[in-house]
Amino acid sequence: MLEINPGLILWTILTFLVLMVVLRMLAWKPLLHALTSREEKIRVSLQQAEEAQKAARELLEENKQQLARAEEESQKIIREGRDLGEKLKSEIVDKANSSARQMVDQAKDEIRREREAAIIQLRGEVADIAILAAGKILDENLDTPKQRTLVDRVIKDIGKGPRA
Amino acid sequence: MSVPVSSDTTALHHAADSLAAVSHVAGEHNMFAELLHHVQDSNELEIPFGHVSLPQFDPFMIAGISFDMSITKHVVFLWISAALLLLFAVLAAGRNRRSAVPTGFGNLVEIFIVFIRDEIVLPNMGTAGLRYVPYLLTTFFFILIMNLAGLVPYGATATGNVSVTAGLAIIAFFVIQASAIRAQGMGHYLAHLTGGVHWILWPIMIPIEILGLFTKPFALCIRLFANMTGGHIVIVALFGLIFIFKSYFIAVGPFAFILGILMLEIFVAFLQAYIFTMLTALFMGLGIQAAEAHSEEGHA
Repeated sequence: MLEINPGLILWTILTFLVLMVVLRMLAWKPLLHALTSREEKIRVSLQQAEEAQKAARELLEENKQQLARAEEESQKIIREGRDLGEKLKSEIVDKANSSARQMVDQAKDEIRREREAAIIQLRGEVADIAILAAGKILDENLDTPKQRTLVDRVIKDIGKGPRA
Repeated sequence: MSVPVSSDTTALHHAADSLAAVSHVAGEHNMFAELLHHVQDSNELEIPFGHVSLPQFDPFMIAGISFDMSITKHVVFLWISAALLLLFAVLAAGRNRRSAVPTGFGNLVEIFIVFIRDEIVLPNMGTAGLRYVPYLLTTFFFILIMNLAGLVPYGATATGNVSVTAGLAIIAFFVIQASAIRAQGMGHYLAHLTGGVHWILWPIMIPIEILGLFTKPFALCIRLFANMTGGHIVIVALFGLIFIFKSYFIAVGPFAFILGILMLEIFVAFLQAYIFTMLTALFMGLGIQAAEAHSEEGHA
């Protein structure tokens, strides 16, 4: 069982050598070549995918930033518009208020002037009427300057009376 | 080699008959011879329902050694295994060349190739070992298929023959030396045989180192042969039990054991192919690493 058969050893060596040469040519080289080229392809593909992902992430980041900027800008525009509107509103209201006040003041002045004129006129007329009435009552000519002064004082006192 | 059931039946019946008829010792001897017969090489090829006689040639002498180049059973299985390997490998190569994504059989073969390249060659030899990948692939697949060929009915395990494993070990020996000389250069290779000791010790060291060169492939040869023969002898012995006891009831026991051993043998077929390849790569790696150590010394 343990005896060595040199012929069989030779057959083994010959068979192995022929097999190795043929397999190397027909099988191992194509198989190993396919294997290494595929590995290279996978490596390159992975690298490219990683780069693409990185680029996409950068793009996304940029978009986000742009979006945020746009949002901020729109907020600013809205705020500015509101402020402007607010300002315009208050300006218009102020202007309206002041013009109304002016008009009221004017009206008040007018009224006061009218009233004063009326009072002056009334006072003159009252004096005339009083003189006339007194003249008629006393049948005396009161048309002297002294009397006239007296009447004026009386009227003034009368005018003062209701006011005081 | 598995047990060809029909021929075994008759052969073992003879053995069992003689066991009953003649003395116990003679019968057991007869049985053992019959068992060994199925593990050993022969000039006949067992086929279903008979035998085929194989051509025999007259031995010729070269350098005092008689070479008998007769075609024996194991030579036939050497060739059958080689043909099967060629067929499978070319098929796988064709499949993988046609499609960028390997599927099915091509993928299966590629798993082994990647394993040998990434788990055996690269860790032991580094990138310098990539040029020896085709040799190691051939070694692995050839041994694997020869191991498995013995597990099919009428098959024989060529690697269960010490001459076949010796042939494989001789090739491994030359490849190991060639890779070492290639990596280190002839000068460093010879210097390595002195073991780096003082010259007075050279007469002791050089024979030891030279012996070391031969023990490695010798271990490869014996390990593969013994592993492949052992399993088959166990199986044949278990079959023998059935014919010794001649009882269907008892046969259940050996049958269960045989099934178990056969499954173990499938595992061993892969394991031994792996170990032979792995150790060859390791021994080649030793030479290549020694060369790297030299070159580092040179640079420093």
